[in-house]
Amino acid sequence: MGKIVAVTLVLITIASAVPILAHKWVPPDDISTHGYLIDEQMSDTMVEAGICFVAAQMILAAFIWMFSNRKPGDKIRNFPGGAMGLVIGAFVLVGLEVLALGFFGSKAWAAIYFTPPSADALPVQVQAGQFAFYFRYQGPDGKFGPIHPDKINESTQNFYGLDMDDDPASKDDIVTAEMGIPVNKEVRLLMHSKDLGHSFYVRELRIQQDFVPGLDLQMHFTATKVGRYEIVCTQLCGLGHYNMKAYLNVMSQPDYDAWIKQQASMQ
Amino acid sequence: MAATLQPPSIAKIPLEVRRVKPFDSEAPSTGVWVGLAAITMTFAAFTSAMVVRQGSANDWRHFPFPTILYINTLTLILSSVTLQIARQGFVLTDQAATIAKPAMNALYGTLVLGCGFVIGQYMAWHELRSEGVYLSSAPSSSFFYVFTVLHALHVIGGLCGLLYVISKLRRGVLRRSTLDAASRYWHFMAILWLYLLLLLWMRI
Amino acid sequence: MAEVSAHAAHHAPPPGFIRKNVFSVDHKVIGKQYYGLGLLAVIMGMVLSWLMRIHLVWPNVAIPGLGALSPNGAPGGLITPEYYLQLMTMHGTLMVFFVLTNVPFAGFGNFFLPIQIGAEDMAFPRFNMMSFWVTFVGFCVLVAAFFVGDGPPLSGWTAYAPLSALPGAGPGQVMGQTLWACSIAIFCIGQLLGSLNFITTTLDLRAKGMTLMRMPISTWAWFITSCIGLLAFAVLLPACVLLILDRVAGTSFFVPSNLVVSDQLITQHSGGSPLLWQHLFWFFGHPEVYIAILPAAGIVSHILITSYRRSLLSHKVVIYCMMAIGFLSYMVWGHHMFISGMNPFSALVFSFPTLVITIPATILTLIWIGSLYGSNLQITSASLFALGFISMFVTGGISGFFLAQPSIDVYLHGTYFVVGHFHMVMGVAAIFGMFAGTYFWAPKMFGRMMNETLGKIHFWGTFVGTYCIFMPFHYLGLVGNVRRYSAFVDDYLAPLMPVHKFITIAALFTGAVQLIFLYNLIYSRFKGEAAPDNPWKATSLEWTVTSPPPWNNFGGKHPVVYHDPYQYGIESSSGDFVMQDSPERIQTVRDDKKLP
Repeated sequence: MGKIVAVTLVLITIASAVPILAHKWVPPDDISTHGYLIDEQMSDTMVEAGICFVAAQMILAAFIWMFSNRKPGDKIRNFPGGAMGLVIGAFVLVGLEVLALGFFGSKAWAAIYFTPPSADALPVQVQAGQFAFYFRYQGPDGKFGPIHPDKINESTQNFYGLDMDDDPASKDDIVTAEMGIPVNKEVRLLMHSKDLGHSFYVRELRIQQDFVPGLDLQMHFTATKVGRYEIVCTQLCGLGHYNMKAYLNVMSQPDYDAWIKQQASMQ
Repeated sequence: MAATLQPPSIAKIPLEVRRVKPFDSEAPSTGVWVGLAAITMTFAAFTSAMVVRQGSANDWRHFPFPTILYINTLTLILSSVTLQIARQGFVLTDQAATIAKPAMNALYGTLVLGCGFVIGQYMAWHELRSEGVYLSSAPSSSFFYVFTVLHALHVIGGLCGLLYVISKLRRGVLRRSTLDAASRYWHFMAILWLYLLLLLWMRI
Repeated sequence: MAEVSAHAAHHAPPPGFIRKNVFSVDHKVIGKQYYGLGLLAVIMGMVLSWLMRIHLVWPNVAIPGLGALSPNGAPGGLITPEYYLQLMTMHGTLMVFFVLTNVPFAGFGNFFLPIQIGAEDMAFPRFNMMSFWVTFVGFCVLVAAFFVGDGPPLSGWTAYAPLSALPGAGPGQVMGQTLWACSIAIFCIGQLLGSLNFITTTLDLRAKGMTLMRMPISTWAWFITSCIGLLAFAVLLPACVLLILDRVAGTSFFVPSNLVVSDQLITQHSGGSPLLWQHLFWFFGHPEVYIAILPAAGIVSHILITSYRRSLLSHKVVIYCMMAIGFLSYMVWGHHMFISGMNPFSALVFSFPTLVITIPATILTLIWIGSLYGSNLQITSASLFALGFISMFVTGGISGFFLAQPSIDVYLHGTYFVVGHFHMVMGVAAIFGMFAGTYFWAPKMFGRMMNETLGKIHFWGTFVGTYCIFMPFHYLGLVGNVRRYSAFVDDYLAPLMPVHKFITIAALFTGAVQLIFLYNLIYSRFKGEAAPDNPWKATSLEWTVTSPPPWNNFGGKHPVVYHDPYQYGIESSSGDFVMQDSPERIQTVRDDKKLP
């Protein structure tokens, strides 16, 4: 019986490792300027974790094979080095791994979160609500008009609660259901939640950030590849959560200019 | 270098029974310490919630304390003093079961003062309500009510403990550790109240 | 506080069926009650997970009977998106609170902790009884949420505010969510009473000669867990109180100003902090993971030693590692909140201790595996599940490497990778600990042996089945499959459906295998072979008494302990082991002497 356990464990370990080694289950191609740091960190971690996983399961299997139901009279033996050896080994190996992962991981994190957006970054405001995202562009005046929550009305399509009559800054604001951005230009994302917690997740951009109601957060990123990508909500927000998404449309600068002009004319 | 585990034979090491290091307290005593740790943690959580909440928005509203709160504070401190007098009385007679009259009176005094404290707190809430300060009026009032009500509930628990002690005492089956545990809890309630009063006084 | 301790009271069992079996103060009865409640909860939780898995891959298949049970949530047996989330919430809540906390900690702990330290009962038997019945009330309140107007809440077991604080935020958020919050608050009280009892009992009621270091590892695990639980539940309780007040009294602890929910401006709340709930919840939530896993680790260590026929390489190191894990568990809660809008600097602060927890966890694993070397491994159902536990613990623990790093969490947070991770390490591993404990201790608890053949079949099905379920979760997560979705309809996720189908089939299969266990448990409870006192030739005190143990555990005698807990691999009059209470003179096996 012990030997079957060992063989099963080996088979499970191999079966678990194959999809990873086949590189079939990987994140979609990165389209951001910071994403390579995350990807590198992930593949480094995958190598270390993979080695640990395979080694631990294989050693466990080997020992089960060797020591299950031995002949009576076989002496009990100690693992060479005993507990002290294992403790020192764990401290040195895992400790180094922890330090390495922690150090390089924090570099990647710092590159994303501790750098300020450049001054000419394109500001885009995103508002999350049950169960849609809406995006707002400043228009020619370079200002966002203030939000009046009491004026938010889905039926009149005033998703942001803008006061077109009294707020001059609101008049040229462009509200869209799709997020269009120019390629290779930094975007400053201003995140606002209308109702509950939501999250902004674009797999290809390697970005995920929660919306916190009552607390407007900022992100910044640069997309490097033209295309249409899904923006999905990853923070449980109610019955329509599974369907809460929008599209990120990364366009060349001329395409973007045309698009934003067209959107402005539709306001 | 697989070292075998040593001893195949019955060795000559003398039989050694390591005694448990005697804890100076019995179960009720330990139990009350553990319980106080949990209560401390609960109020610490409320405190940190209060600090975070006060910093999260500028809707904090300051309001004056009802004066009766200070009288209640004195009442509770006094009840701790009478309890201590009672305990001293039992220590002197050395037998918890032997009822010393002044000590017993002091114990009743604690009970009365404790009830007085709870009634006083109720009057404080009443006064605040008549001034229009309700639970949901402002975060400051929310925390005021949460803290004082929960503390009062704990004090009521302590009063039940005192009743239990008195009933055991009257039947002559009270053990010292039970009395110690009950009084430790009671003193803790007074200390907790002083802490809460200071906290609320600083913040509200 | 003022209960009579066990020494003085009850030398005779109480009269009457109800006092003996229902409102019993006997820790053994209470332990079995916790176990039974956990069994009920785990069956419910598993059925809920089946329903979710079926809905995910066959959304158009009507589930017979469900339409009648829940006409709103599943009209005609077809699960609606909101009902999916309600099932998910209840699955998580039942499993985390009423299974993973109840069985390995409160259930086995109640039954065996007093016996393993040579006590007649818990320190406060009446508090102990209260702790179970309070938990039971919490369970009833939670299950009642199924039967109120709009059903159970849909905000997940984490109940993030303001979703959980606003009745208008969705179906189930009116009555169901209030019941949920009350249930968890009640549960906290039960656990606090239980933890208080465990700690006091361990400190004060040990038998003569039972020093702290002579306690079996399982006792240590329960003791450490109760210390963690005492402080963790003491934080969740206030959080629930504040949530209930936000919901019913109109306070604003967690709900900020100017929210517009369903086109309605929320005016009765202002200025609250949603992150405050997350901080309070996860301050409890992370230690809760260890409340689930440490007792299982302790039980498994206890069983492995017996199966290895040798002590672990070091008794002390295992205990110190458990303490270290428990201590560190309080410093890492923020790693659940890397992308939640917390200050990005604090992500790094929380990441480091999270990675450091790997060190004691690795040492534990290495000691379990290293002690296997040169041992005389006996394959039983219990030892199979214990070995399976190691495998699961390693697998689930290693995926924690990824999630502990904020930069990788940016991509993996909110995906099935997380689901795979915590199911492996906290769910399945702890449940393997429960199964191991059941096969090992059922003879002692019920006085009957369980069927070993059925036990082994159960192991094979469960072991292979759980890997088939939870490994693919990791792959899905790596691709970016978002969790808590009731359907995968969009272009990106739809192609992943075949994997989801595979998982669902594996889940149905693994669930079906559990029927073997259930049959085995019930059958052997009544018809099993009578259990001898010490069927596994083990050394700790629970095996010195009859199966099942008498009313006050040691029949009024006070056991005296002469040895460290695990004296195996020696020659003695009883075979290759010496029991803890045997006065036989042997040279003590204490490997930890080699340690400084």
